[in-house]
Amino acid sequence: MLLGVAGGLGERLGVDPVLVRVAFAVLAIAGGSGVVLYLLAWAVSVDPDNDLARPHPVRRPAARQAVALGLVVLGTMLLLRESGLWFGDRLVWPIALAAAGSAVIWARSDDRDRARWARIPGNPVEAMFTGRVGMIRVVVGGLLVASGLGLGFANTGADLAAAGDVLLGVAITLIGLGLIFGPWATRLASQLAEERRGRIRSEARAEMAAHLHDSVLHTLALIQRADASPEVIGLARRQERELRAWLYRAPVPPEGRLRPAVEEIATRVEQRHNVPVDVVVVGDAPLDDAGRALVDACQEAAFNAARHSGAPLVSVYVEVEPDELTGFVRDEGKGFDPDQVPTDRRGIADSIRGRVRRHGGSVTIISSPGEGTEVQLRLPRSQQ
Amino acid sequence: MIRVFLVDDHHFFLSGLRAELGSEFEIVGEAGEVDAAVDGIRRTRPDVVLLDVHLPGGGGRAVLEAVRQTDQDIRFLALSVSDAAEDVIGVIRAGARGYVTKTISPPDLAAAIRRVQGGDAVFSPRLAGFVLDAFHGDLTGVADPELDQLTAREREVLRHIARGFTYKEVARRLHLSVKTVETHVSSVLRKLQLSSRHELTRWASDRRLV
Repeated sequence: MLLGVAGGLGERLGVDPVLVRVAFAVLAIAGGSGVVLYLLAWAVSVDPDNDLARPHPVRRPAARQAVALGLVVLGTMLLLRESGLWFGDRLVWPIALAAAGSAVIWARSDDRDRARWARIPGNPVEAMFTGRVGMIRVVVGGLLVASGLGLGFANTGADLAAAGDVLLGVAITLIGLGLIFGPWATRLASQLAEERRGRIRSEARAEMAAHLHDSVLHTLALIQRADASPEVIGLARRQERELRAWLYRAPVPPEGRLRPAVEEIATRVEQRHNVPVDVVVVGDAPLDDAGRALVDACQEAAFNAARHSGAPLVSVYVEVEPDELTGFVRDEGKGFDPDQVPTDRRGIADSIRGRVRRHGGSVTIISSPGEGTEVQLRLPRSQQ
Repeated sequence: MIRVFLVDDHHFFLSGLRAELGSEFEIVGEAGEVDAAVDGIRRTRPDVVLLDVHLPGGGGRAVLEAVRQTDQDIRFLALSVSDAAEDVIGVIRAGARGYVTKTISPPDLAAAIRRVQGGDAVFSPRLAGFVLDAFHGDLTGVADPELDQLTAREREVLRHIARGFTYKEVARRLHLSVKTVETHVSSVLRKLQLSSRHELTRWASDRRLV
């Protein structure tokens, strides 16, 4: 946490970094050697930034390694005790015990554990006693409380010099209680705060949406009905579309779906040619190769209609049927004779055909002079 | 002259409507919120009510439900800047005979009012798309096949409307009379209003996005 030493060491040894941190902390309390060791380890450690590509090892504290680390710490402590670098038995042992207890509990309260707390946030007792980890926490916490109380009571009859031990006993008791209820209390507090933030956010959003709906959307609708210039009407229409999409969009916009991809055609055509496009989509499907081909072909046809037909509106209709995708792009513009297509339009028709045929589909173009044009597209759906 | 009542809480929009429709229709009253609208409609008994979907005091749906308890023969055409599917399907199921967006051109709006007054349904391409989408997909477990699914013909008519064809063009392309097209659309409207197909409600609330 300080310099990343514990995390790095834990990763290298395959031990939960929390255990390593606790080991350092215990050694630091026991006589200051932990601080020296920590700085030494930091000095010799290699910055892991240069091999980030290495797959992150699974963080699973192996019990065997944890025990080994614990024994090393214990041995070092005994060594320090013999050599005189020691704060005294009464202080070091209870704290070492408490630290080891917290290590077991905090290292073990992993995602699995937190997920369970999330499911049953209201009941600390139930949360405490469900599962193996909960039992370990309760047993260790309970032992600490008991030993703290015992230490406290054993010294109440003694002289004033023992007052320090009473305080120690109280402290251990509090730590034990903290171990039992701490995780639940912090979890509950953060959950409540998160809920309140979420509620405030969604209320603010709903209020803003209602206001925008009543004011801005209406103004944009009015502009489109007024005798304004085509540019202004086109602008109002685009703004209305964007605002509506924002107001009514799903909380998480669906990625890789056919429907939003088709709806985007309207925005692109309106932006480039200032011709309004009505899009209606029935059903939805994942945007696979066939879907992508249909969207691209529809978009080319819509661009073509906007550019050449002179119609005030282009309609795009796409339907997802069980075994095929169909698309219709229509305008009521000047139309043309499909047998005598002007060369500049031939290229586009060919590119639409090519695109759709590559995916096993078919294209029909229905048009005659003065009657408008409809491009009909059919593509078989790829099997999932 | 067809008697029309306007319900909208936007004064600019109301005055715009009055100016556009005043020469062709008799505007018998206007209101900007639910209670005033219900009172005014009951008092003036218009042929057609142009009803904003979003209104203070319960929305257009509240007006529809209150008025239709006492007067079954007043017809409603819903009008909105909103295209949220649940709003649109909501007013249709509450009894409106059609839905158009507020960006509709004045001549198209006048035609829609006449069609609703004549007892027919008015489906914009967007509404046709909503309905096809709502009746789309798996049909297992429908309670009432007559009400809960569309016939192949109705589906074909709706598809053409969704593609942007007018009723007349649909009739010509499908070799039907305009009257037959209107009958199909009215039948779809009836199904939309009466079907208990549970997906309808779920679909509308799921589908927030147009």
